[in-house]
Amino acid sequence: MLSRRFFLSAGGATVAALAMPRMVFARANTSRRFVFIIQRGAADGLSILGPTGDPLHAGLRESFDQGLQNGAKLDSFFTLHPALAESAKMYAANQALFVHAVASPYRDRSHFDGQNVLETGGSAAYQLRDGWLNRLLGLLPAGESKALALSDTVPMALRGGNQVSSYAPSKLTGPSEDLLQRVAALYEPDQQLHALWSEAVATRTMAGGVEADGLNGAAIGSVAAKLLAGENGARIAMIETNGWDTHSGQQGRLAAQLRNLDGIIGSMRTGLGVDWANTLVIVATEFGRTARPNGTGGTDHGEGSLAMLFGGAVAGGKVIADWPGLSTAALYEGRDLKPTTDLDSLIAGALAQQYALEPARVMTTLFPESRGTAFAKPLIA
Amino acid sequence: MATPDSAIALNRFGLGARPGDAPPADPKTWLTAQFTRFEARPQALAKVPSRSAVIGQLADYVAQLRMDGRSKRRAQPTSLSAGAPPQADAQPDPLKRFLRQTIRDDYLTMNAARLSSALTTDNPFAERLVYFWANHFAVSVDKLPVIGLAGLLEFEAIRPHLFGRFSDLLIGVEQHPAMLVYLDQAQSIGPNSEIGRLAAMRGGKQRGLNENLGREIMELHTLGVRTGYSQADVTEFARALTGWTVSGLARGPAARFIGGGDDGSFTFAEALHEPGDRVIMGKRYPQQGEAQARAILLDLAANPATARHISTKLARHFSSDDPPQPLVDRLTRAYLASGGDLPTVYRALIDSPEAWAPKPLKFKTPWEWSVSALRAVGQRDIDPQAAAGMLNQLGQPTWKPGSPAGWDDIAASWAAPEALMRRVEIAQRLASKAGSSVDARALAQKVLPGEVSDATRTAIARAESPQEGLALLLVSPEFVRR
Repeated sequence: MLSRRFFLSAGGATVAALAMPRMVFARANTSRRFVFIIQRGAADGLSILGPTGDPLHAGLRESFDQGLQNGAKLDSFFTLHPALAESAKMYAANQALFVHAVASPYRDRSHFDGQNVLETGGSAAYQLRDGWLNRLLGLLPAGESKALALSDTVPMALRGGNQVSSYAPSKLTGPSEDLLQRVAALYEPDQQLHALWSEAVATRTMAGGVEADGLNGAAIGSVAAKLLAGENGARIAMIETNGWDTHSGQQGRLAAQLRNLDGIIGSMRTGLGVDWANTLVIVATEFGRTARPNGTGGTDHGEGSLAMLFGGAVAGGKVIADWPGLSTAALYEGRDLKPTTDLDSLIAGALAQQYALEPARVMTTLFPESRGTAFAKPLIA
Repeated sequence: MATPDSAIALNRFGLGARPGDAPPADPKTWLTAQFTRFEARPQALAKVPSRSAVIGQLADYVAQLRMDGRSKRRAQPTSLSAGAPPQADAQPDPLKRFLRQTIRDDYLTMNAARLSSALTTDNPFAERLVYFWANHFAVSVDKLPVIGLAGLLEFEAIRPHLFGRFSDLLIGVEQHPAMLVYLDQAQSIGPNSEIGRLAAMRGGKQRGLNENLGREIMELHTLGVRTGYSQADVTEFARALTGWTVSGLARGPAARFIGGGDDGSFTFAEALHEPGDRVIMGKRYPQQGEAQARAILLDLAANPATARHISTKLARHFSSDDPPQPLVDRLTRAYLASGGDLPTVYRALIDSPEAWAPKPLKFKTPWEWSVSALRAVGQRDIDPQAAAGMLNQLGQPTWKPGSPAGWDDIAASWAAPEALMRRVEIAQRLASKAGSSVDARALAQKVLPGEVSDATRTAIARAESPQEGLALLLVSPEFVRR
């Protein structure tokens, strides 16, 4: 019985690159649910929600993102990646909202530092020692909540003075596809290790790959829903997804990543039942990727990206974007989508509305270094 | 200031750097200082089960087995006449199960203590030598009676003699209950001994001489295979060894003959000893009793073939799978000139340029890799079940090499595709446990001072999360070798 604030971290290496998504939950005395899904590795917002209506899009990305031809047209400007089928249905049902050209205050291109800013809510890496999701707990009526620690680590966003504990299914998962690829690259110049590794990977592929020993997105979403649903369910959860760093082979890898993400969200909606109506899910990444594809069928580290909001609580069915344009002059440093919306403000605004809290207080508690103000546009129905 | 030699001292001679370890300014002095600093019984080993406790559990277990055997024999006619198979094995006796589990727990506790000692020691070179000798004098826990004793062999017979003479180490090991039980010496009976003659008169089960320990001492522990001893020498040595046994293992009438206490200590049982002189490799041993085998062991320890055998293995461990001949020669000379004084041999090794060659020379065994990875992430102890599980998964369960020859000390035995995949899996798990608080970019410089290649540095820096960066560090080419 989940009568206490708790945290869950579920392992799962899955098809292609969505590696070891992990979940974290905390309970607070409210019927509203909030789930934060972090996309570690810098997800390519331009591929996930393509600005197909921008006249420069075709020149930059038409052949690279040809998959978008089969995606759902959300409006005259934006097309959703076809792997996000459940998400598109939610958009049609006004339960999904997208915010484009968004970014945290971080303007460099290191994953570690970028994730630290995204999770701590500071304006620079390692400036704050606790996470904004933990500080959010302090704003909510906590009831009799205490921590339940079962295993694994608490991600930065949830670390801090408010108690949170962790749980991971006992089944150990295989290494992520992304890690396997990086190990392959690392061993490339080493004759002995390269030969051994090639053979190991070949055997693994023959045996059915990592899919067999990990949980797929839908399974993770179901586990999350079970732990969030009902009177005694958790109120706050965090799910970590890895594998978004698509420097090469982006089309296939990103599609697999998105299928899993879509699975997590789809099965959470199903599993939560009536509680879905009170649920807000925010999906965000540390930064975006270059507007132009690189020479290896992928994209490199960039700036502006995409944030996604899902849930019965969301005032969905729209895309919010102060679109910066794709001309070289309009791109950040001539290469990346320029951030025009502040992710901190978006998160603070959405949470203030979700929990009926004073927006300025949410902003200063969660993002104390920010000079921005919480998003005032209606995000929650 | 980190020099190439300080990294070699930490990683090739030691067990891998911990985040707080400063690279030794004078690597050779850092190594030799460990000779005197070494603790035979550090805090990490303080709580391992005692020998008398382990022996007591074992004796109870064996007694229980005997009792089962007797009642099964009595029950058999009935079950046969009823046409049903004997039921005795279908429901394992709860007492037997309890004893098995107790013995298994001893093993887990000792393995975790060993690992904890490896993670907390400030004398990693000395600890590495412990593992070297434990593998040289290998016992294997796939024999049930050895499960609870294997760790004690290392803690009680090897550690105290680590910086003494080889002959003392040798005698300490051969008189330890783990070795006496593992290589069947405890049950070896001289055919003309008091008990041997008694057994022959009764015409009972064929019991007598067991050559196992005598052979392995010559082949594995001292001279080395094909170094001039014959089958006749092995048999003579086995005869000399009769009477070397363990107190407290036998219950009932047999205990009377063995004597001694019931604490598992070495005991010489005159009633089992083959009387008479022995002749081995042309030399006559007129000594009687325990002194006879002891005199033979001293001669074996002083034999040049033993010096060469030990030197070759040490050279292989610290220089390369195919050890350079000049290094082996130098260690052999040091051994012989000092009468098998181990610190003298270790010093010769430390002073040899072959052991300081800059490129990593050895592919880490699973034990070495696990210890270095856990040290790198700053872990100080580990859950006993998790420790055993990890080493099992990596293919090197502690004290279970499967044969008295021990684990191989060459890359070909460890560098295999699936084994590498296992390391990547465990690296990911360790990294995920360490969380995002560890910055692998900084850690790499600390644990591999001056040794991080550009490729590894770049791979870590480009990793998509701190955890992935740490996992990559732990499986990098620099880190899987030493």
